[in-house]
Amino acid sequence: MKNRWIALYVENQVGVLAKVSGLFSGKSYNLQSLTVGTTEDETVSRMTICVASDDITFEQIKKQLNRMVEVIKVIDLTNVPLHMKEILFAKVLHCSTAEKEEVFQIAQVFDVQVADIGKDGVLLECKLTERRNNELIVLLKSRFKQIEVVRGGAVAIESISTSCR
Amino acid sequence: MDITGRKLFVRALLEEGVDTIFGYPGGMVTDVMDELYKQDEIRLVLPRHEQALIHEAEGYAKATGKVGVCLVTSGPGATNTITGLADAHYDNIPLVCFTGQVPLSLIGNDAFQEVDIVGMTRSITKYGVTVRDRKDLGKIIKMAFHIARTGKPGPVLIDLPKDIQTQSGDGRYPDTVNIRGYKPNEGVHVGQLKKAYKLLKAAHRPLILAGGGVLLGRAQKELQEFVEKMKVPVVTTIMGKGAIPAKHPYYIGNSGMHGRYAANIAVSECDVLFSIGTRFNDRITGDLNEFAPNAKIVHIDIDTAAISRNVVVDVPIVADAKLALEKLNEWAEPKNTKGWLEQIRVWDQENPLEMRRDRGMTPQMILEAINAEFDACVITTDVGQHQMWATQYLEFGGEKQFITSGGLGTMGFGFPAALGAKIGRPDLPVICITGDGGFQMNMQEMATAITEDAPVIICLFNNQYLGMVRQMQQLFYGKRYEATCLRRRRTCPANCKGKSEACPPYLPDFMQFAKAYGAHGIRVEREEEIAAALKEARAHADAPTVIEFMISSDELVLPMVQGGTPMSKMILK
Repeated sequence: MKNRWIALYVENQVGVLAKVSGLFSGKSYNLQSLTVGTTEDETVSRMTICVASDDITFEQIKKQLNRMVEVIKVIDLTNVPLHMKEILFAKVLHCSTAEKEEVFQIAQVFDVQVADIGKDGVLLECKLTERRNNELIVLLKSRFKQIEVVRGGAVAIESISTSCR
Repeated sequence: MDITGRKLFVRALLEEGVDTIFGYPGGMVTDVMDELYKQDEIRLVLPRHEQALIHEAEGYAKATGKVGVCLVTSGPGATNTITGLADAHYDNIPLVCFTGQVPLSLIGNDAFQEVDIVGMTRSITKYGVTVRDRKDLGKIIKMAFHIARTGKPGPVLIDLPKDIQTQSGDGRYPDTVNIRGYKPNEGVHVGQLKKAYKLLKAAHRPLILAGGGVLLGRAQKELQEFVEKMKVPVVTTIMGKGAIPAKHPYYIGNSGMHGRYAANIAVSECDVLFSIGTRFNDRITGDLNEFAPNAKIVHIDIDTAAISRNVVVDVPIVADAKLALEKLNEWAEPKNTKGWLEQIRVWDQENPLEMRRDRGMTPQMILEAINAEFDACVITTDVGQHQMWATQYLEFGGEKQFITSGGLGTMGFGFPAALGAKIGRPDLPVICITGDGGFQMNMQEMATAITEDAPVIICLFNNQYLGMVRQMQQLFYGKRYEATCLRRRRTCPANCKGKSEACPPYLPDFMQFAKAYGAHGIRVEREEEIAAALKEARAHADAPTVIEFMISSDELVLPMVQGGTPMSKMILK
């Protein structure tokens, strides 16, 4: 079992997301994350999907996606150079002035923006790799009383000449 | 010129060559029904229940090779078709099912008879869509027929809101359709096929496994030619029955859970298993680790997703069965398989497929009499013991066609499927082999049989039990016959272990049932009466005949492989 990535071009129509996600639940595939948005062609949506699976199951997943009428193209991103980022908002709550200072330092080290601030809270806006976002959450959890996070799932696109995943 | 959606609906059906549809009225399809009233090119068959309706469309599609068309109303009309959609999806039957829907403005309001039928059936249809814009109606119907009948066929659902039916719009029906995400495989990879052929050529104990894909691809002739040229023995799956004539010298029989002994041993012992159009489901493979353990496996299938899903294969080939076999026949040369064929013959003699002949009338006797009486015909079955006996003892091939619910295993399928087949092929005798359990699931269709003039022959195997489950209880559950005795009443003892003198009478009386509808009824209790009953039923052209065969409750389907165990470990007695 390891994480694998798929870029999926689908018809931008009602019910397609439900059909794709339904495949994963119906066939007990282990869906890790799924993001979707329209592309430069508004009739087409592009999904970035992460699944945890063995080789045989992954082959089957790609075939099952391919046979859907609404699926236009399946691209296996697992072993190709690409750029992959995930948006994450992390709110640190109930912090003292000293703790706020520490949040700023962390923001600097992780190279993320401070998007909002108040009397006892700081909001970080992060656009990092998934792994880096995970590390940031672990760190914030260990250092502060209460945090609140929302993350968008990774989006990925094939590289031109450099890569980052 | 602009026309209403309901008019375009009828125009589209005519353009698609539809001459028969299976429809049940309701509030949300009254408009299109009204349009059907105004024409007489399309025949509307009115069943008595939507589940039966869709099985009728399945039987019709299988028997004629055309797309089966259903028309039902929203809500319960639509949900009643779900079992049939799943059945057709599993057995790859081309259907287009139109469901009425509440007007677009009411969708999501919990309106009367509103359900999200597209959402409910997403995983059991090849494609499903709600028409949300009148201008898309023609394109969507065109797509539906194209998707249903091409590639690996299957059911397509079109949800038709009431206002789409009444709105005016473009009256043209497109000639062609281009779907960017749907390109069924049309070629053959010659390199892979050559590799497969070489493997088969070099084999010492080669075996062909033919599945339903051979029949779906109408490749029976090509398969027979290949088999004869190469001199390689063949086993079939249940859905593949008829892929090669039953009496063919190279045909061994069915493999699988209730397959022929020699067929299953041959699968276990072969060194190359050359499979065409099968999905290797659990009823064929048994314990996957022990399946064809000595064999290199070739798998030809039109569906990429069917390949290397259950069984990891050595040579995968995505292709239509007919195209692949045509190519193979260009190369095919005879092999020396004498010793191997002889070995299989010895296995078959060791454990032939046979029921005891000293206990009165057996299913084997009935099925052999059917073989003898009918040449060109369509035979449908329900699901259970009678179905497995039918797959074991009935002989198919040529003009004899077999229609059974193989994948989903739908009780209640047989009788309506037979009616659909008869409506599509009135020139052929149509025989439904059913059990007393399955028949009762859709026997209201006797009305349809009479009103639609579909005089089928119903061979009802009455053993007074839900026999297949009873068999499992008898063999593996200490004869605790929970919920399988159809004579059981509340007055019966809780821990009943089988039939006795004190049992309450069986119901219903199927002879009186037949009479109530103006059908014929014949009850057969002895072997000597079988042939005459079949002849009499065949002579009844005015109405269906129910032949009730009173068979023993204890009869088992043997051989049997218990689920999840190796195919070579068969229970024989």
